[in-house]
Order: sequence, then structure tokens, then C-alpha cells
Amino acid sequence: MATDQDPQIRVENLYKVFGTDPHSVMPLVHEGLGKDDLLARTGHALGLKDINLDIQKGEIFVIMGLSGSGKSTLIRHFNRLIDPTEGAIFIDGVDVMSLTQKELEDFRRHKMSMVFQRFGLLPHRTVLENVAFGLAVQNAPKTERNAKAREWLATVGLEGYEDQYPSQLSGGQQQRVGLARALCTDPEILLMDEAFSALDPLIRSGMQDQLIELQDKLHKTIVFITHDLDEALRLGDRIAILKDGALSQVGKPEEILLNPADDYVEAFVRDVNRARVLSVDVVMQPPQCRLTTANIDDALKQMRGWKEDYAYVFHDDEYQGVVTQDALEEVCEKPDRNPPLHEVAKEGPVLQPDMALQDALPATLECEYPVPVVGEDGEYQGTLSKEDMVEVLANSNEETSDKEAPKVA
Amino acid sequence: MADASWLTKFPAMERADLVALRKAMDGGYREFSRTYGDAIESFFDPLLMFLVWFEKLLLGAPWVVVLAVLVGLTYAASRSWKLSGLVLGAFLLIGYFGMWADTMRTLSIITVATLLSIALGIPIGIAMARSDRVQAMVTPVLDIMQTMPAFVYLIPVVMLLGIGKVPGIIAVVIYAIPPVIRLTNLGIRLVDREVLEAATAFGANKAQRLWNVQLPLAMPNIMAGINQTIMMALAMVVIASMIGVKGLGQPVLKSITNQYFTLGLLNGLAIVAIAIMFDRVSQAYAKRSQKHLESVHGD
Repeated sequence: MATDQDPQIRVENLYKVFGTDPHSVMPLVHEGLGKDDLLARTGHALGLKDINLDIQKGEIFVIMGLSGSGKSTLIRHFNRLIDPTEGAIFIDGVDVMSLTQKELEDFRRHKMSMVFQRFGLLPHRTVLENVAFGLAVQNAPKTERNAKAREWLATVGLEGYEDQYPSQLSGGQQQRVGLARALCTDPEILLMDEAFSALDPLIRSGMQDQLIELQDKLHKTIVFITHDLDEALRLGDRIAILKDGALSQVGKPEEILLNPADDYVEAFVRDVNRARVLSVDVVMQPPQCRLTTANIDDALKQMRGWKEDYAYVFHDDEYQGVVTQDALEEVCEKPDRNPPLHEVAKEGPVLQPDMALQDALPATLECEYPVPVVGEDGEYQGTLSKEDMVEVLANSNEETSDKEAPKVA
Repeated sequence: MADASWLTKFPAMERADLVALRKAMDGGYREFSRTYGDAIESFFDPLLMFLVWFEKLLLGAPWVVVLAVLVGLTYAASRSWKLSGLVLGAFLLIGYFGMWADTMRTLSIITVATLLSIALGIPIGIAMARSDRVQAMVTPVLDIMQTMPAFVYLIPVVMLLGIGKVPGIIAVVIYAIPPVIRLTNLGIRLVDREVLEAATAFGANKAQRLWNVQLPLAMPNIMAGINQTIMMALAMVVIASMIGVKGLGQPVLKSITNQYFTLGLLNGLAIVAIAIMFDRVSQAYAKRSQKHLESVHGD
């Protein structure tokens, strides 16, 4: 019985060895023999090594790795285009290895569908027939499947291309056909194998936007394979990094960026433009120096107890501005000393928590004090200073160059 | 054994032993054909009946009708007025030079042989593409079929079935079937892996993959194989006439033995005309049905 807590896809101790007799070399693999040694000693290639993964319903899970890391092999285990040598794959709690051929076909028809790097469209069928292919395989009536196919073609923005052949379309358009075909069977799980890797950068980012937009409406479970970290960071709710058939790290994008698990991941994230990827709420400091009183004397009293000589003024749960200790003392010395605090506060820049760092950069640099981060509901969530910003954006290079030099074998 | 004659003279089998071996094998085969010949012949009866019916149809129908059908088929397959006009002209000349009846006979045997080759060859090719073991077994057989002189396998066929249409057509099919088998196998093996994988990922079963993906994508190669098969069948017509297959081959055979140059040339040209017709029409059809492959997105 699957509850909401259970992962939609669970991979347990998955091993894949390619060769003439994979099972015979499994003892060596369990002893920890490396990929190269295994190949030299037995002629078997280690494809995947002890993979354990939980993929939750409705998330975009990105599996990232360079070519040869086993990512395409891994994704093909989910719908059993490749059978594992050892280990288990559960989809909604069902062990896919236990399915008969007939059950497996049924499972592929309804539960999940796939988008391919080089599109995998049928060249002799029209765009409409290609999109309807999944339903045709299910033997759905022609009028029904064509109607659905038209709908999905319109959703991906290809209205009017129904009667064209795939070769008449550009790469981006062809992949939209591939996406429409995958969505047309209304599967719960979408497997995308380097789906955007063959596209031009501009078209690729357009497709990424479209996928994110679609996902906001559809809430599918998407397993996305890529070798492009920027793409992974942009799309992924969580990211798994694969190296030589083994998982290096699984985590949220910011966890991977800020706390790389090993040298390999660190080398990967080194060139990432953090300012574009990270958002303010990930790097901001906890809220402090918050004044809610309207009385200037109280405020001064409070501020004298703090290290900082500035404070953020809130009134009726709304950010009013910033005050400095000097300014308050000046006000106190004047004869008419009763204006409420929020009228003295100086308006200044504010950041939203979901802002990208690069958008927050100008305000942070111009401001003499840390810029407060305030949520949409007016909630004070934290502060972001020049120093915080510099540390996050600069430390990637320093740290790695320190660690890189002596590599212990 | 002291002399060194084995060095200069190949140590061959004794003559008497060779004769005995030949006698034994021939006797065995003769025995086999005597016992099973009738059964095998009756097995091929439906084929013979179809062949006779088709030949009678072509010969019995008014020539105008046959010509109209031929030109009509040419146009339907190629959508080319030029090609259709060429076929019309060629057949008018053939009729004018008195070769109409022989041409019809040849046409009927070629058509039946081609249909038979396709009906047998494509399934064999599919089986080869599905399994490396089947491929390893069938490939040497195809090699033998293509290199063994045609006269050699005429002998057992004639021993078994005698002289006539059926042994003739069997000989033609044996000679002509390898290309369609080979190219069906090749075509299916060359099908884009990702397209096939996509079909599998959407839950297509074996039959759906075959009909929706493998055969359509292999079609250009299969059509090339069929084209080759037709050409080889036509080349076999002259040899098959030696075992009593009537048609354009027989006048050619007569011309060789009697040194009638012009008769040989005319009948030879008639065979060429049929060959060109089949070739161009099948190629035009193949090209037309694969049109979607040409219109590449222009960017």
C-alpha cells in the first residue's frame, strides 16, 4: 500500500555489469574492484554500482553526470529497457522485475513515458500520428487518439504542424513533438534522457522554460538526465550526481552548490555562475536588529545593547525602513522629540527571498548596511550584506584551489 | 611407398572409390526422388495451377487490355507520364516484332517468381534480423545460392520434379531470392536504435514494433532488395528455358544453338525492356513512398 510518504520510484542496491557473464564477476564487484580493474581483469564493464535512490511524486529529479557515467543506463532501468544485474527497482511499491512481459508492456503504456535525446520520432509518420503513437499502441480508437494528440500539440505550441513529417521540423520543434508524444498517454512519470542536449542553447532554455511551466500545471514525476549542470540547477528540485556508475551526491541544488560532497562534485560546480543560480533566501543571514516599537527612547535603549549601529524598523508587520543610532540620538536631542519611530526611519532597498543573487547584487553593494530580506507577506526573513555576497560568490575558486593540489591516492 | 610421386601428383582418391561415391549419392537421391517425387510434385500443384492461370490470363486477354493495364500500373506506381509512354512504346514494338506471346509468358513467370521470393524472403530476412544465430546459419546458404552455377542446382530440381514450369520457377526463386533476404535483414538491423527504443518505451509489443517501426524504416532497403531480385529473376529466364520454361528465353537458346543473331538480339532486347520497366517502376514507387525522408527542414 503506497502512501503519500512512499517514494514513487525507489532504487535499491542497483548494480549493472555489461559483458558475457555479468553474474560471475559480481563477487569481485562487491569486493570493491574498480571499473578499470574490472575491465582489465574480466573484460566486463561496470555500468552502475550500488545505486540507492528515492524519487518523490511530483518532483523534477535530475540525474547529472558526464558521458560514460551511467546516467542513460540508470534511467533505462526505470522502464526496464535495461535489466539490472543485481538490485531492485520499485515503482509505486511494485517491483518492476516481477512483471511479466505483458504486464511490463501495460506498465510502459500507462505508467511512464520517455523523451529521447535524438527525439526518436517515426520518420514515416506525420507529427499528429507521432504524438498519437502511444495511444495507438494501446489500441485506442483513432478519433479519440487524434483528438488528444491535437490537444497536446497545441499545448506545446505546435498547432498547424499536424500533417508535417518530423524531417520538416526544426530540432526544437521535433523535441516538442517528442514531449507531446510523451504527455499524450497521460503518464505519472516522465523520463527525459538528455532531452534538450541536442538543441541550440537559446532553444534549449526556451524548452526548459516550457517544461517548468508545464510542470507547474501537471505535477508529473519527472526524471531528467543531463550532462549540463546549469540545466540541472535550473530544472531540478533535487539533483543526483553520478560518476563512473556510482552516486557522488544527491541533494537540493543549493546543497550541491554550497556543500559539494567530494572533489568531483566540487570541480563540477566550480564554473557555475552562482549569482544566477542561488537565490537570496539560501545565503541570507538570520534576521536581527528588528525594531517594532514606535517609541524612539525604547528603540535607542534596545540598540545600545546590540553590536550594530543600525536597525530595521517594522510597524504593523510592515517594513518601514532603516535607522542608525546616530540619527536617533540626533532626534532625541531636538526639543520636539516625540515623532513615532517609523516616521524617522529612512526608506531603503529591500530584497525578496526568491530573488536571484545577481538581481540582488546592485542593491547589496550600494547599501552601507546589510539589506533586509522581506517576504511577500511582509515577514522579515533575514539580511544580506556585501560581505555575505562576496563570500558566496568568491569562495568557490579559493577553496578548490587549496584542496586541489595534493590529491591522496 | 618409397617413391616421391605424391609430391608431383596430388594424392587423389582412387578412381573406383570416386565412382562408387558418386553412384551411391546419385542412387540415394534418385531413390529419394522416386519415393517422394510425386508427393513433392503434388505439394507444388497449387503453385502450378496459379502459374498456369496467370499465364492464360495474360495470353487470353486482348492485347489492348493487357497493354492498358501495364501502362496503367506503371503510371499508378510512378506517377510519371514519361515512364508510362516509354513502357507503351516498348510493348508496342515487342508486339510488332512478334514477341507478344513469349513476353507474356516471361512476364507471368517473373511476376510469380518475384511474389514468391518476396513472400518467402521477407520473413526469412526478419528472422535473420531477430537472431544472430539464424543469421549465422542462413548467410552461408545464401552465399552458396548466389555463387553456385545455376546449372548445378537445376540438376537435382529436374531429377526431382522433371521438366516444366514448377522446376523452372523453383530454380528462378533459388537464384533470385538472396538479395531480398539480405537487404531485409540489413534494413531491419540498420533501423535507428532510438526510434525502436522509443516504441518499446511506449509499450509496443514485438508485432507492433515490427509493423510500425522496423518494416517501414527498413523499406528503402527492402525495396532495393526486391528490385535486385526482379533483375536476377529476369537474368535467370534464359537459363530456366533449358528446363522447359517457355518465354523469351527459348528463342534466345535457339539462337545460340543455330547462330540466329537477329532473333537472339530481338528477344534479348525484349528482356532488357521488361527489366528496365520493372526497375524504373519499382524504384519510382519506392522513391515516392519514401518522400517524407527527402523534405528536410531547411535552416
